Amino acid sequence: MSAVNLISAESIKLFSTRSPWWCNLLAMALPVGFATAAVLSWPTDLPISVTEVQLGYQFGMMLVLVMAALAVTTEYRFGTMRTTFQAVPGRTPVLLAKTVLVAGVAGLVGLVAALGSLGVASLLHPVSELGLGTAHELRAVLGVAPVFVFSAVIAVAVGLLVRQSAGALAILLVWPMLVEPLVSVIPTVGEPVQQWMPFMAADHFLRGASSMIADPVLSPAASLAYFGVVAVGLLAVALVVARRRDA
Amino acid sequence: MIEVEHLTKRYGRTVAVDDLSFSVRPGRVTGFLGPNGAGKSTTMRMILGLDRPTSGAVRIDGKPYRELDRPLTRVGALLDAKWVHPNRSARAHLRWMARTNRLPNRRVDEVLETVGLSGVADRRAGGFSLGMSQRLGIAAALLGDPEILMFDEPVNGLDPEGILWIRQIMQRLASEGRTVLVSSHLLSEMAQTAEELVVIGRGKLIRQCGTAQFVDEASGATIRVRSPQVERLRGALHQQGIEVRDEVVDESPTLVVVGTSSERVGEIAAAQGVVLHELSIQRGSLEQAFLQLTNEAVEYHAHNGATTGNEGTDR
Repeated sequence: MSAVNLISAESIKLFSTRSPWWCNLLAMALPVGFATAAVLSWPTDLPISVTEVQLGYQFGMMLVLVMAALAVTTEYRFGTMRTTFQAVPGRTPVLLAKTVLVAGVAGLVGLVAALGSLGVASLLHPVSELGLGTAHELRAVLGVAPVFVFSAVIAVAVGLLVRQSAGALAILLVWPMLVEPLVSVIPTVGEPVQQWMPFMAADHFLRGASSMIADPVLSPAASLAYFGVVAVGLLAVALVVARRRDA
Repeated sequence: MIEVEHLTKRYGRTVAVDDLSFSVRPGRVTGFLGPNGAGKSTTMRMILGLDRPTSGAVRIDGKPYRELDRPLTRVGALLDAKWVHPNRSARAHLRWMARTNRLPNRRVDEVLETVGLSGVADRRAGGFSLGMSQRLGIAAALLGDPEILMFDEPVNGLDPEGILWIRQIMQRLASEGRTVLVSSHLLSEMAQTAEELVVIGRGKLIRQCGTAQFVDEASGATIRVRSPQVERLRGALHQQGIEVRDEVVDESPTLVVVGTSSERVGEIAAAQGVVLHELSIQRGSLEQAFLQLTNEAVEYHAHNGATTGNEGTDR
């Protein structure tokens, strides 16, 4: 059972239905659209920062979470997960293949979205002299790719644990959008705890000082590593559970 | 060869499969027979390694399913024809399956041809009729050209033409020397297709034997005789060495005669000058006899007894 064959089988699955195409196209288009809107509403004589331009990554991330979760939950919904496990009874190899594929696609989508946003913004707003010159700019633009990769890994893991679309999507949209940003509202413990929220850490990596975290302990690079560890850890739990459970 | 050994599956306090042991040999169609809820599908899922047995084991040619290399080339199964993404084409469905087990795309075209779906291979599977879905399921089972095939209630809901086609394909597969296990809740259906039967009820093995033997035992043709002179008739029949059973139908005493013809019974009655109120051959007793056998093993009873045919579906 070679890894290449399993990834290839998973890519036939992913690209032979329409919804992943839509999710991925929108995940690229929305951030670029957001960047366009941000630049057009910005004063033409004031430079706009790369962080402002890339803020739309969050919309792309939502769609990548949806795409990755559905890649798992629709298989449970339509019973093809059973056929999959029948074909690959070890389960873990095929689930890893799916994760690699979905996360890889998510990374590409993130790269296209971020470079597209940057491109559109620098065309429309030459005064800003946007580019990839500084470490901060590199992170804010190219960093979208690894953030999308790990987001997709988290979504696959949640999909495997919850096994149904509505539940998985509710968790994946409410958690990063509402729960994590609102943690700081909790008195005294809220703010120190917030920076250990995974999607907050990812945001800190991308946006550095502009992120919501008040007093960061981790450096931006360490924040990305932390986000990755959370994603991989969650996936490991999900793989163990999927292996043990009746399909 | 499928060997099921002391297989047990519990869901909380419910025992779905209870210490079940049987084996399925190659070169014939083996019917897996039992009323709805008897544990047939659960057993099949455990054979495929989808569900984990509480205890016991299943071996496919000596190995657990999970240890098979490229399992689609060893075991093909159709458990539910609806296990297909409705927006995916039949061809794409088979192609991803083929890829996982390193089967060439050529095989996909071959099995589509075999089941007669080549013309609609690129249409979305969600638009397929039940008969077409069933054919797609069979194509998927045949994909790896496996020696062992399992079908769960394959004729459920099909039209007569579809039923005939399924029967023929199963018999063809068995005649090629393959191991074929087919489940059904209808004895009459199994009598048409299966050479051997594994009969279960409430998760327990009731019988593993040849179909002919099971049918003979279960349905030895019976003749029902009602007469106001039951005693004289019984004596006369006994004298001829004919087996007689007593029954009460609509509060009138009735004899049930086994192993002779209605002509013979009529002649004996006439010779003795016995008046008959009824002389009838009890046909279609196959399902009834099967139900009697599995009676204690039926999971749920209808309120007015289980003597009417069990024609429901599993889902």
